[in-house]
Formats: sequence, C-alpha cells, structure tokens
Amino acid sequence: MSDVSVDTNESATNNEQPKSSDRRKFLTVGTCVVGAIGAVGAAVPFVASWQPSAKAKAAGADVQVDISAIQLGQMIRVKWRGKPVWIVRRTPELLESLSVHEGELRDPNSETEQQPAFAQNEYRSLKSEYLILVGICTHLGCSPQHLVDGSFEQYAEGVAEGFFCPCHGSKFDMAGRVFQGVPAPLNLVVPPYQYVDDNTVIIGSVAEVV
Amino acid sequence: MNAFMSWIEQRIPVMRVANMHAIQYPAPKNMNFWYIFGFLATIVLVNQILTGIWLTMSYEPSAERAFASVEYIMREVNYGWLIRYMHSTGASAFFIVVYLHMFRGMMYGSYQKPRELLWVFGMLIYLALMAEAFMGYVLPWGQMSYWGAQVIVSLFSAIPVIGPDLVEWIQGDYVISGATLNRFFALHVIALPLVIVILVFLHIIALHEVGSNNPDGVNVKHKKGSLAEEDKTVYKIHEYYTDKYDIIDDVVPFFPHIVLKDLVAFSVFLFGFCYIMFFMPEMGGYFLEHPNFEVANPYKTPAHIFPVWYFTPYYAILKAVPDKLFGVLTMFSAIAVLFALPWIDRGKVRSWRYRCGLHKVNLLVFTAVFVFLGYLGGTPQENWKIIASQIATIMYFGFFVLLWIYSGKEKTKPVPARITL
Repeated sequence: MSDVSVDTNESATNNEQPKSSDRRKFLTVGTCVVGAIGAVGAAVPFVASWQPSAKAKAAGADVQVDISAIQLGQMIRVKWRGKPVWIVRRTPELLESLSVHEGELRDPNSETEQQPAFAQNEYRSLKSEYLILVGICTHLGCSPQHLVDGSFEQYAEGVAEGFFCPCHGSKFDMAGRVFQGVPAPLNLVVPPYQYVDDNTVIIGSVAEVV
Repeated sequence: MNAFMSWIEQRIPVMRVANMHAIQYPAPKNMNFWYIFGFLATIVLVNQILTGIWLTMSYEPSAERAFASVEYIMREVNYGWLIRYMHSTGASAFFIVVYLHMFRGMMYGSYQKPRELLWVFGMLIYLALMAEAFMGYVLPWGQMSYWGAQVIVSLFSAIPVIGPDLVEWIQGDYVISGATLNRFFALHVIALPLVIVILVFLHIIALHEVGSNNPDGVNVKHKKGSLAEEDKTVYKIHEYYTDKYDIIDDVVPFFPHIVLKDLVAFSVFLFGFCYIMFFMPEMGGYFLEHPNFEVANPYKTPAHIFPVWYFTPYYAILKAVPDKLFGVLTMFSAIAVLFALPWIDRGKVRSWRYRCGLHKVNLLVFTAVFVFLGYLGGTPQENWKIIASQIATIMYFGFFVLLWIYSGKEKTKPVPARITL
C-alpha cells in the first residue's frame, strides 16, 4: 500500500468500495445493453411479420399479356401486383401530337426515374405504339380515367386525349406525363416489361441486357 | 356489511380511490355547459368498446368476406343494425364531443401552466382516436374504405428514401389488400383501444393532480396555510387535496354536483344521438359515405374521394399544397402545432374572459377557419377552392403565430380573486 503512482494510489486508498461500485455499474450497464440488444432481436419477427407474405409475393409475380387483339386507339387493363396496368395502342397521329404540349408539362423529358431506362424517351415506351403504364396517380394512389375524343380538352386546352384523376384533378398526357399545376408531382410509372414476341408482353421484368 | 367493506378496503383501496377521484374531488362551482364533453367522451368510449365487442362477434376480417359480413350484421343478426349504427354514430359523436372539448380548453386556457401535460395527453388521445377511426373505417371494405386507405397510406410514400418500402410494410402487400385489412382489424380492436384506454386513464390522473380549470381560469387550490378558515370550502373534500392545499370556498364535490350536471347533459346528448342513430345514421353521407355501400374495387376510383368529416380540415390542408412531401409535412404540422399550444401561448391569464379582444377574435377566426377547411376538404374540388384552402391553411397556422406574438405582452383585464357566477 505505498504511493507508487497516482493510479495505484487511488485504487489502493479507496478501499474496495469504488471497485465494487464500478463493477456493479459495469454489470448494470452491460446487462442493460445486452438486454436492449435482446429486445431489438425479439422485435425483429414482429416488425418483419408486417412485410408482404410469401403468398403476397407470389401474387406479385410477372404477368404475361397477349396484345394482338388491341385495336388502334384502344386501351386494356391488366392486373399486376394488384395494381391496374394500362396498355394503350396509340395512333400515329396521337404520337405526333405528344410534342405539341410539352411546354405545359412538369417533366417532358422523363428525367425523374419513373420508368425503366428503356422507356426514358419521348414516347415513354419500348415500342412507341404501345404505351404501358401503372394506372395509379402519383399523387395519392387513385386510378385516373382515360378521357378520349376531345373530352380531355376541358382540362387541358388543345389536348384531345389524356388521363384525368377524379380525386384531386391531376392530369397526364398520353405518354403518362404529368401536367403543371396539379397535385401529382411525377409522371405516371412505367412498369418494367419486355416483349417476348410481337404479340406478347411480360409485365414485371426487364429483358437482360447482354 | 361494514365489516365486509372494511375487509375489502384493507386489501384493495376501493373507497379511498372512489372518494379521491370521484366522490370528494373538488370541482370549481362555475363549471358550465362546456364542461360536459369530457364526461360525454368517456360515455362514447364505453359505447364504442361495448358495441365494438358485439360487432366483432359477427364481422369477418377478410377482403373476401368483410363487406358481406357487414351486410349480414345489418340484415340478419338480431339488432345487428342497431349495434352497428350505435358504433358508427358513436364514432362521429366521439369527434364532435372531442372537438368541443378541445375548443373549451382553448377558450378557458385549460392547457396553460400547470396543465401542459394534461393537454398533451389529450392530444395523444386525439391522435390515437384518429388512427382508430381511420382503421375502423377501412373494415367494412367498401369503396371509400379502400380508396380512403389508399390515400392515407400513400401519404407515407412522400417520405424520402424509405417511403415506398414503408408503404409496402404498412400494407403487407404491394397494394392495399386483405393483409392490410387484417392488420388494421387487429390494431382497431386490440392495440389502439388499449392505448386509448391507458391514455384516458393518464389524462384523468393528470387532471386530478393539477385540478380542473374553470371558465374564469381562477385557481381554487391555494398554498397550504394561505387561506383564512372562513374562506375554505364548506364541503367534504378528500384529504389528498386538502392535505396539500387550502381549497377555497368556490368548489363543490364531484358527487353529486358534477355527476348530476353531467347526467343531465348525457340525457340531452342521448336525444340527439338517438335521433341521428335512428333517423339519419348516414347523416346525408357525412357519417357513412354513400360510395361505401359498394364493395371495394381496386380498379374503379370513386368520382370523389373524401375522408369522413372529422378528417376533412386536415385533408383540405394536404390538398392546398401543390407539392406532395411538403403537403404531407404541412398536414402533420397542423396537428403537431396543437401539441405545442401550451408553449406557444405565452399568456399568463387563462380564460378568454380576461384576455385581450384580439385573442377572442383570433380564436373565433381560427374556429371558423377550421370549420371552413372541413367544408373545403369534404366537397368536390373546384378551382376557387384551391386558393381558398391555401388562404385558410395560412390562417390556420396564423392563429398560432399571432397568439405567440401578442401573448408575450398582452393587455389583459384584471382577473378576479374568486370565482364569479
């Protein structure tokens, strides 16, 4: 019990009291930390249980669609991952008209990633004739209506055809591009898809780029 | 009998708690009409729990069977229609009494020191109640259930980075589906009612610790030894309060005075409640929206989507902002700012009776703006309404800004030392 250094001095003169209380504190903190880790671990199954189940994931698998029967100007709806997917066969005139109102759009060049890379073009599609979109408004998830034959003009002057969301009045053109001044912030989503042949499209996956 | 009672009392403090928190609780004698809504809210809570348990007996929480099971309750279960209408009318009644209860708190400054936590617990109840009501509205799995859920859940997708994954996690699917319905059912019938009951318990404990405010905002509890004997209450008040404070002769015991007042209010409330429940349970599409009489259809959006009336003010705020993330943030701040009310109001005088004229105007304008926002959020979108809801949103937040400014150096009227009648 000699004063050799400050360190040993403290531990030596302060008896066993601080040592034991230090040890107790260490054990308390250690137990709390281990307990907290255990609690976090125990929470994992409860949190993960909320993720889509295997059944929901299976239901979210790719969808194969036969598009041979779609007439010019016609739109069909298919279900993919429980969401409505629109397939519109656009007329050449319609495709030409798309560039006219670009000034009124928020993102005419599809700069925001609302589409797979292959669809970042002026028609937002792989084959310009077929427009494939997830039919859910980017504002709050309603499903917009397809307005044709000039009935869209009441919402956008000079644009004969488009998509109008009845919930909060968001407007999209026939490439799914959102107009300015509406609540929807983004263009409609183009789902991943690929053509197996001229008449068959698979929605849900993109062709492997070699 | 007495021996039996004291046998019990020695083992569990039944009478002590009843005396302390109900029978001999000191209530200011000037409590007026506005002081019935806490009691009514409790009654409605009991109604919701009771009818809810009965509804659970016949309801089936699955996307395939939910809508049909509600029809079954309405048409085939004995008195099922009555129990369901008690529950659905009760939901709207809950919000009516809660809104009036909150307005009372704002009029008389019941959130001010030392009742800040009391107010915060009340706001937590309000928040839990909104979640409870929202999830309950999804359960019939009608069109408005489905699309309302769609709108509310996708609010979370506005959160940067984690938003889309969070939405998937909440839904338990890539869309609102049976999985979502099932978990909302579990939360609606077990988790949130438990939370609400616990919060109500804490709200009442906090109330009884600080004591009830009153329309004058005058203290009835004074420092021990500060009152002359003749100024002290003549009533039997529980020692829990009299041991700590001198209670002025402006209080009455909760039983029978306040209880009887509340029971009168309750019977009047029942007239209105029953009239609506029996003769207009849909309330013209406000309590039960008409699109909800059609089963949920993910491929067909109703022409107009509105939440139920009690959410429409916040919905109008959401729609007023053209940016999605900012809109969601604004909407949530509209609720969050209410939590901060006790600290935004820097005033020392509680009741608006003795506060400046501007305060009265400010509060009344705020109330009118809130109602107007409710109208805007609950009616179809029109061009003028966009501007109107933007102005109203600014005015909503303006209330709090103004309050903070003028309450710092407010010219108030003299507050009486004793309660006036």
